[in-house]
Formats: sequence, structure tokens, C-alpha cells
Amino acid sequence: MKNSEKVRIPQSVRLFFRSLAGAAGGLALGLLICRVAGESPGKVLSVLVNSSFGSGYDFGMTLFYTAYFILAGLAVAIPFKSGLFNIGGEGQLTIGALAAAWAGVVGAGIQSHTLAILFATASAFVAGGLWGAIPGYLKARRGSHEVITTIMMNFIAAGVTSYFTLYSLKDPDSSQAETIPIPEAFQLKPFALFNGAPMGELIIALAVMTVVLHVIMRNSVWGYRLKATGENESAASTFGIPAPASWLSSMFVAGGIAGLTGLVEVLGNSHRFKIGFSADYGFVGIAVALVARGNILGILPSAFLFGVLQKGAGSLDLETDKVTRDLTYIIQGLIILGVASDGLWDWFAGFWRRRNA
Amino acid sequence: MLETIFSNWILPTLRVSTPLIFAALGGMWCERSGVIQIGLEGIMLVGAFFAAVVTHSTQNPWWGLVAGMMAGLVLSLGYGLTVLKWRANQIVSGTAFNLFAMGIPPFLSMIWFDSTGSTPVIPGESLFRSAPLLLMGSVVVASAILYHHSKFGLRIRFAGEHPKALESSGVSVRGKRWQGIALSGILAGLGGATLSIYLASSFSRNMSSGRGFIALAAVILGRWMPLQTVTACLLFGFTELVQIRLQGVVLWGDRAVPVQWIQILPYLITILVLALAMGRTRAPKGLGGDE
Repeated sequence: MKNSEKVRIPQSVRLFFRSLAGAAGGLALGLLICRVAGESPGKVLSVLVNSSFGSGYDFGMTLFYTAYFILAGLAVAIPFKSGLFNIGGEGQLTIGALAAAWAGVVGAGIQSHTLAILFATASAFVAGGLWGAIPGYLKARRGSHEVITTIMMNFIAAGVTSYFTLYSLKDPDSSQAETIPIPEAFQLKPFALFNGAPMGELIIALAVMTVVLHVIMRNSVWGYRLKATGENESAASTFGIPAPASWLSSMFVAGGIAGLTGLVEVLGNSHRFKIGFSADYGFVGIAVALVARGNILGILPSAFLFGVLQKGAGSLDLETDKVTRDLTYIIQGLIILGVASDGLWDWFAGFWRRRNA
Repeated sequence: MLETIFSNWILPTLRVSTPLIFAALGGMWCERSGVIQIGLEGIMLVGAFFAAVVTHSTQNPWWGLVAGMMAGLVLSLGYGLTVLKWRANQIVSGTAFNLFAMGIPPFLSMIWFDSTGSTPVIPGESLFRSAPLLLMGSVVVASAILYHHSKFGLRIRFAGEHPKALESSGVSVRGKRWQGIALSGILAGLGGATLSIYLASSFSRNMSSGRGFIALAAVILGRWMPLQTVTACLLFGFTELVQIRLQGVVLWGDRAVPVQWIQILPYLITILVLALAMGRTRAPKGLGGDE
């Protein structure tokens, strides 16, 4: 074989470039589809880029969405280490958001900003974590497939949160389906740099948290246990690492982190819980984790890519005649397919060989 | 008495269950062949959209039905291409197709109707009266017979249960899986079509609203068997009917019945059954696996 004489590229680097190429391919295809609507792909791309980087405010919003997607992506990547597929991010973040709004209502007397933030953060993390732990428990104890149970939990979360929003925490002064606004002590202060975009210390805290998580997953006993379970469940349990413990703990942490996505929304942006606030951010998290190939640090650039897409697409409604923000769904879907279709590469390689033969 | 029960409860239950039954049977065939199908939701949505568009422009619901089926088929074949040929993870690809499908109706209806919401209303005389019910009945009977008493049904089941055994008897596992996937596209597309041109008179934004996932739940509750799956669909259809009937009904004090609790019933039942009654669900052994 000729290949063996060449310098071998490390697997991780190759996978990284495959992800990048897959995502770029998906994006390009999504832009090309705009031709059907009579818009030039170049124009759509420039709207996307301008709208995400054009001004301090725009960039602040892009970073804000990035924060969302970092958390939603981590919520998928962590259980993935233990071999579980968490499709329940959407439900977990909804529950987390409601818990954050609840904290603001019951903790209205708290004057200290730090205390208020800590209280809301703990509420969102624990609520989301418990919501995520239910499928984890069912998988660990009853063998119920987590993909099915997390999908079902998403719908249950939607029902439960809208019940509490309409019947317990409803803002009497609002005609919308939303809860009582949280007091000022709970609200995150945005940086002046971003001209009012809801972007503050938060993104920095999240970036730090991601790095810390990366270190934990790499070096801690817990991280090792998750990986052992994920790679070979029965071998791991032979060596005293029970799979149920890994599953339950990874789903609790993932649910908690997804819950923080809701926290970001409530404390940073809308200052209350609104029914239907999430534009399927939990599902975008799957795409984020996938493009990062489950690598915790890789979540950062991957989330940024989707943040740009999310922010940019918002301007499509105004800036183009026939393409709307709904294009993001098409592009997100195509990016996932571009990254997930491993066999596509062999297919291309085969095509290339045949052409050059 | 009996007549009122029939016209007030039985017939409406059958009506609202129709989209679920089509989609669930499609999902059952696909999963029986060994391929996980969580893309039912997206297929139904796209099926509903194309059925409404074609019925609107031809004023003939039969063409709408065909369009819904074809749209579902195309989407499912795309799914087949990624999971059977390009080895994408079935859950990942299914999720991607669901997202992708959510973008299709608003994208196209903006071009055709200058709106990302609903398609134009179809006049009553161009809509179905009861044909979809009869069609649903025949699909149920056909599925049950094919499943239990045909070579086709047996081979599909073997493709999901013992793919190696099927392969060594000279039948292509991949071929059977393509057929299972195609069936899920056609049937879920049909189910989506009945949403927009049988139960409603136009397509509205995200109109499948979780029915694809309820259909998937019905497949699991029905243990991947045709008649049990249909029974689960009827149960879910009935809860949907109860929920529609209770909307705005005042129970005690001045509080309306909280329909949210009824809305979550199908999902709650599925989780409870998965957790309690079945313990180990008997999914096809080779589900999600390689050939």
C-alpha cells in the first residue's frame, strides 16, 4: 500500500477536519438551497455574517447564543461519554428555566446580588438535574431506552412548565403566557461594550466551566468511570465500575447543565419564564456536540458556529425577500447530516480514486 | 344511546387516531426491519404540508394524499441513504431529519404563498369525508396480515431480529431495511396528509405537534406488533379527544380544567409502561445495529 509510506495524520486531527468539512458542506448546501427562493447564496451568507458581527450589540447577541449552545452541547456530550444519548436537553432546559423564574419569585426578598444568583443557579441546576436523572434512573434500574424516555420527558416538561406558568406563577399584569418578572437582584448585568445585548460575565464563566469540565472528564475518577462504562459496559462492571452509577450521575450532571441554559435565558435575557422561549435549543445542542465529536473543548468553537447561525438567521426575515429565519432548521439539519455521515467520506474517496485511476 | 356514543365518541376517536395509526404502522415496519425511526415527526409534517399544497392547487384530495405519501417517501429515502449507505448513527440522522423537515414548510410556503404560517384554506367540497377512515382500516388489516402471514412480513422481522440468519438464507438484509424505511415514509406521509386535508382544511405551522413521537410511543407500547400498536394509537387518540372536549370547561370554582395534565398523558403512560409493566421491552434484537 502506498498509504503506509505517507506521514500518518493523528486520528483526532483527521476527525476534527472531517467535522469542519462536514459542517462547511452542510452550510454550503443550505445556502445553495436559497437559490430555489431566488436569493443568491452569497447574499444570504453576507446577511448571516453581517448580522452576527456587524456591531457590538450584534456580536454580544452572537456570544449570548453561543453561551446557550455551549451548555446545551455539554448536556449531550457528557452522557455520551457514558454511552447514553441525551435527547432530553430541551425538556431539561425548560424545567431549569422555570426553576430559575421560580427562584426569582420566592426569593424576591433576597437583596444581595451574589446570593440571588447563587440561589437561582442552584435551583436551575438541581431541577434540570433531577429531570435528567429520571431517564438516567430508568435506564440504570429498569433498562428503559434513554432515547425514548428523554423524548417523552421533553413533552412532559412542556406540559408541566406551561401548567405552572399559567396557574401558579402567572404574571397578573401580563396578557402573555409568562411568569412574574424576577427582581433586579436576580438579573445579570450585561457588559456596556455590547450596547445592551444580554451578554455579561456569564460567557466567561461558561468558557471557564467548559475548560474545568474538560479537565474533570480527563483526569478525575468520575470522568474515567464514565468513559469506562461508555466504552465497555460489562468489562467496566467486572472491574468494579457499575454502569448504573455512571448513567445516573452523567444524566444528573447533564440535566443540571441543560438547566443552566434555562437560567441564562431567564436571568440574562427575558427576566421571566415565557412559554415556548426555546427555539429548539436543546436539539441544537445535539448538533453542537456532534460537530465537536463529543470532545468537551471542541464544544466551544462548535457552539460559536451555531451561535453565529442563530443570530444571523434572525435578520434574514428583514434583509431578504423570500428567505426567513426558518432556514436555520434546514442548515442545522444539513450540518448534522454532513458531520454524521461518516461513510460519505469513503464514498468520496472511492469516487476520487475511480476518477484518477 | 348507542348511536350518540358512536357519533360523539367512537367515530371522533377513530378520526383523531387516523394520522397516528398510519404513522405508527409505518414506524413499526421500519423498526421491525431493524432501523430506528425517530424521524416520523418530520415526515408527518412534510407530508401534511405537501398534501395541503397539492389539494389546494388541484382541488382534489386524492392528489393531495399521493403528494403527502411521495413527500414522506422522498424524506425517508434520504434518511435511508444516510443510515444504510453512509453509516450515520440512526438517532443522530433521525434528529437531523426532524430539524430539516421543520424548515421545509415555512421555506416553501414563503415562496409560494408569501407566508411562513398557514397555507390557503381548502374549500369543504375538496376535502375528504370518510375515505381516509376506510383507507386506514384497510392499511391496518393489510399490515396485520402481512406481519403474521406473509413471507414479506417474516423477512422484515428477521432483518430486525436475526439479520445474520436472513443474510445466510440468501435474502439481502439491507434490501429489507430499505423497504421498511420506505414504508415508514409512505405511511407517515399519509398520516401527515390526513392531518391537513382530513382533520383540518389547511396546513398550519408545526401542525404535527409531537404526533410523530406519540406514534413512536405507540409502537413501543404495542411491542412492535400491528394490532397492539393500533390499540395504543386509539388510546392516545382518545386522550387527545378528551383534551379537546375539556378545553375551557369549568370544573370547580372558576378554574378551567388544566388540559396540560391531559396533554402529557400519552408520554407519561409510555414512560410508566416502559418503567413498570414491561421491565424489559421486547424491541427487535438487531434494532439500530449493523447488518
